[in-house]
Amino acid sequence: MDLEYKEEDLKFRDEVRQFFKEHLPSELSEKVKRRRHIQREDAVRWHKILANKGWIAPGWPVKYGGTGWSSMQRHIWAEEYAKAYAPPTLSFGLNLLAPVLLGFASEEQKQHYLPRIYNAEDWWCQGYSEPGAGSDLASLNTRAVREGDHYIVNGQKTWTTLGQHADWIFCLVRTSTEGTKQTGISFLLIDMKTPGITVRPIITMDETHEVNEVFFDNVKVPVANLVGEENKGWTYAKYLLGHERTGIAAIGNSKRELKVLKRLALSKQVNGAPLLQEPQFAARVADIEIELMALEMTALSLVADGASSKIGPEASMLKVKGTEISQGISELLLEASGPSGLAFDPDYLHNRKSAPDSGEDALAALAPHYFNLRKITIFGGSNEVQRNVISKMILGL
Amino acid sequence: MDFRLSEEQQQFSESLQRWIERDYSFEARKKIIYSDTGISDQGFNALGELGAIALAIPEEAGGLGGSSEDLMIVMKELGRGLVVEPYFATILACEFLRRGGLNAVLQDVSTGTMKLACALNEKDAGHELFNISTSAKKEGDAYVINGTKCAVIHGAQANGWVVSTRTSGGTRDEDGITLFHVPASLEGSKVSDYRTFDGQRAANIEFQNLRVPASSMIGAEGQGWEILEAATDFGVALLCAEAVGAMEAANAQTLEYLKTRKQFGVPIGTFQVLQHRMADMFIHAEQAKSITVLAAVKVGSAPAEERRKLVSAAKVRVGKALQFVGQQAIQMHGGMGMTNEMPISHYFKRLTAIEMTLGNTDFHRSRFIRQPDFMAV
Repeated sequence: MDLEYKEEDLKFRDEVRQFFKEHLPSELSEKVKRRRHIQREDAVRWHKILANKGWIAPGWPVKYGGTGWSSMQRHIWAEEYAKAYAPPTLSFGLNLLAPVLLGFASEEQKQHYLPRIYNAEDWWCQGYSEPGAGSDLASLNTRAVREGDHYIVNGQKTWTTLGQHADWIFCLVRTSTEGTKQTGISFLLIDMKTPGITVRPIITMDETHEVNEVFFDNVKVPVANLVGEENKGWTYAKYLLGHERTGIAAIGNSKRELKVLKRLALSKQVNGAPLLQEPQFAARVADIEIELMALEMTALSLVADGASSKIGPEASMLKVKGTEISQGISELLLEASGPSGLAFDPDYLHNRKSAPDSGEDALAALAPHYFNLRKITIFGGSNEVQRNVISKMILGL
Repeated sequence: MDFRLSEEQQQFSESLQRWIERDYSFEARKKIIYSDTGISDQGFNALGELGAIALAIPEEAGGLGGSSEDLMIVMKELGRGLVVEPYFATILACEFLRRGGLNAVLQDVSTGTMKLACALNEKDAGHELFNISTSAKKEGDAYVINGTKCAVIHGAQANGWVVSTRTSGGTRDEDGITLFHVPASLEGSKVSDYRTFDGQRAANIEFQNLRVPASSMIGAEGQGWEILEAATDFGVALLCAEAVGAMEAANAQTLEYLKTRKQFGVPIGTFQVLQHRMADMFIHAEQAKSITVLAAVKVGSAPAEERRKLVSAAKVRVGKALQFVGQQAIQMHGGMGMTNEMPISHYFKRLTAIEMTLGNTDFHRSRFIRQPDFMAV
């Protein structure tokens, strides 16, 4: 075994660090650091900087603009990305749609959509979940009925993240009720400007507009927008499960947040000493830090030399542990803030004013952050579904 | 970075597995643990012949000079096989002797006939190994040892002991600790052997004016703490490896039980509540393995501060894992898990013993928190 980073990996890390230092606009990283709302133009701006550098789509084949990085390099990239407080990119197109297009779309579709994703010309959102299809996604009910050169789509999608900004939506729709519920699903690309589409905001408990309901009322979609074959959509959606999933553990992010937590807990006093030295609090921090150390090794073992290039059900373990750690840190951050953490000022967080009424900049976002992060054990296959995956695919139960 | 075992390591681990399957079955082990000595010369000799002991001894003392990573591989297999021979006691003592440069003793161990043990615990010290009342006083070119050591794993089965004593300072001082290699044949020790709940043996050793030559000192007078701490960190990393092997075996047996045991007309593994529990047991074992690899590979080379942090982190994570895996393995075996005839209860007992050896979870969590790195941001 060799647990040290290779010379070339360290060189790569330096190069990435240098890039963030030179090209990440400080007003963007400041927003991330203060956990203030990232606006559409912020995400697009940063996306274009990365596209310009050629680093926006590390996971794609080089032919379509990928970077050709090794799994280890991509792990390092993700860690440095978090460390630099870089804002998110338009990830639904890049990381969730593109792999499906690359795997199953026609050459014509690839040539049309991929460059537009790459250059942030289209903002994509995902139309998978429905009111009656959450963890049991395959029971989805949005119907697409073929009429000549078009599908007529009727139904409702929900939890559509950032759908309010989207130009396009990639949807799983039901094209057949024959056979099992998995077999009648198709993968359809729909222009959000098509008549009959209504987007309605859902306000989450942190009073943020992040997710939406999307209604389809006799929406006409050209048959040319079908990806792959009709009724094979479930296979395509499932294909994503084994794709690009070490990032799901958000290790770089948690390492950064652990430092933020420790800094905060050092600045707060209890019994005349820093909170971080208070035995009960310190023990909780230590347990999370140790869990994170272990998870980092688990993830590294999946990207190191000789590891299988495709991560399978192990990704479920990364998701379960990674999200538990992220939530655990957000919980301790809120606790460390003390009574001042009660203050809530959405106008500040949504950039409508420059300072919070409470005067406590550093604490202003911790409660909404804590509430918001409850989502991560629910979305992307709830942690209970991940345990089902481990139990079936790894343990054979 | 590369987490693969070398071809040599792979072959070595397979040869250990084969030996355990062939000669160290659960039934064979049962005979050993209820025998007079609680160990078998045959078993210990086999480990010698396989080269497992020589791995812990430097080349200049006639050994193979293996790395902590090599020993991790051995311990993992011994954990899987629930081996009760005084292997760990011996190689932990070897680590003390190696650090002290006592090559003549190591040479004897390398022949495969000599067993050693470490007399580090005292009745009022808990897990604090610097908390030492046993005294050593210099008289001419010898030291005279008085005091009692307890819970000396395989103390009665060993031909010699590494003994931690105090030559100066207060009971809890890190300064003033002096280590000796004490041959069991010397006059002045009284050994009381007893069983431990995991099928192994331990002893209390009372020293009464035992004279040991100054040449048996490990390290320098009063400066023993550095070696004591480093060697026991090495031991902790290896105990973690043993626990990882035992957890993997316990998980495999529990999984098999879930697939075969039927209730309500179906295998109990079809119940989601048990599937999720089993998934959590799997995750615990994987997390424990990951951090054990980190600690065991680096324990010999990392600077002291980093070493303390990694080793204590590993013992904490392994401690949490072994408790969950051990307890839930019994739970899912139902009444059968309670019986002494099923191997699963023996895994649980060994895992519990590991939790109580060389610092438990709480002890190591406190130690982790005390490292400068914890407060550095």
